[in-house]
Amino acid sequence: MASFSKCYAIKKNDFIKAGDASIKIKNLLKSTDIDPAIIRRVAVCGYEGEINVAMHGGNGKICIDIGENQITIKIDDDGPGIEDIDLAMKKGFSTATDKWREMGFGAGMGLPNMFKNADKFNIESEKGNGTHITMEFSLKGNI
Amino acid sequence: MKISEIVDILDADLLTDVSSMDNEIEKCGSSDLMSDILAGQSEKSLLITGLLTIQAIRTAIIAGIGGVVFVRGKEPAKEIIEMANDADIPLLRTRYSMFVTSGRLHNAGMTGLDGQR
Repeated sequence: MASFSKCYAIKKNDFIKAGDASIKIKNLLKSTDIDPAIIRRVAVCGYEGEINVAMHGGNGKICIDIGENQITIKIDDDGPGIEDIDLAMKKGFSTATDKWREMGFGAGMGLPNMFKNADKFNIESEKGNGTHITMEFSLKGNI
Repeated sequence: MKISEIVDILDADLLTDVSSMDNEIEKCGSSDLMSDILAGQSEKSLLITGLLTIQAIRTAIIAGIGGVVFVRGKEPAKEIIEMANDADIPLLRTRYSMFVTSGRLHNAGMTGLDGQR
């Protein structure tokens, strides 16, 4: 497959639409010959990231880049940022509101799930400057 | 185990179209926390949940779930059933609790997501 890039907007507190971009990404990847196990990992990371943006981050976007050797997912938001990234990465830590918990989120597993499923995971965030996540998925051996 | 057998074991109603009745399901996950399902080996599994939200179906699509059971007789909204139909994911509704639903399926030979009994 030739190189391909696409971005989708994510809206703050959109309980209904959040996650839709990751389903579009999954459907897009299913039309290729990429290993279904890799497609699932990309979709899980995209979905967790999308929910995080809608839940905590504010407005943002999720972008996919499909290259010859790797898939890259970038998730950026203009939200309040994360004060303590190490704490946010800890399994079980969550600052989700009651409304999002009613939707089945707030287990404190979003960022750990993303870290576990991506071959490369990078998060940059500081208070007041949003959160920026880049994840890479190798299509050929290890990156 | 086919969806049709699960319907019998749980005295369940099938809420979606019948096209995916032959899906083979060997393992189950009971949870109302979507990240637990996404973190587990949930491909082609049965999701047992009391969470009737659009995000439960999105989670099922993302995780590659083979079927979803809503417990305690809860009736999902029309758009939830439509989304499941579009994604060809069977939706079942049983009057049993999550505990009894899980117990009945365990008794019938189902394993957890990690294959444990």
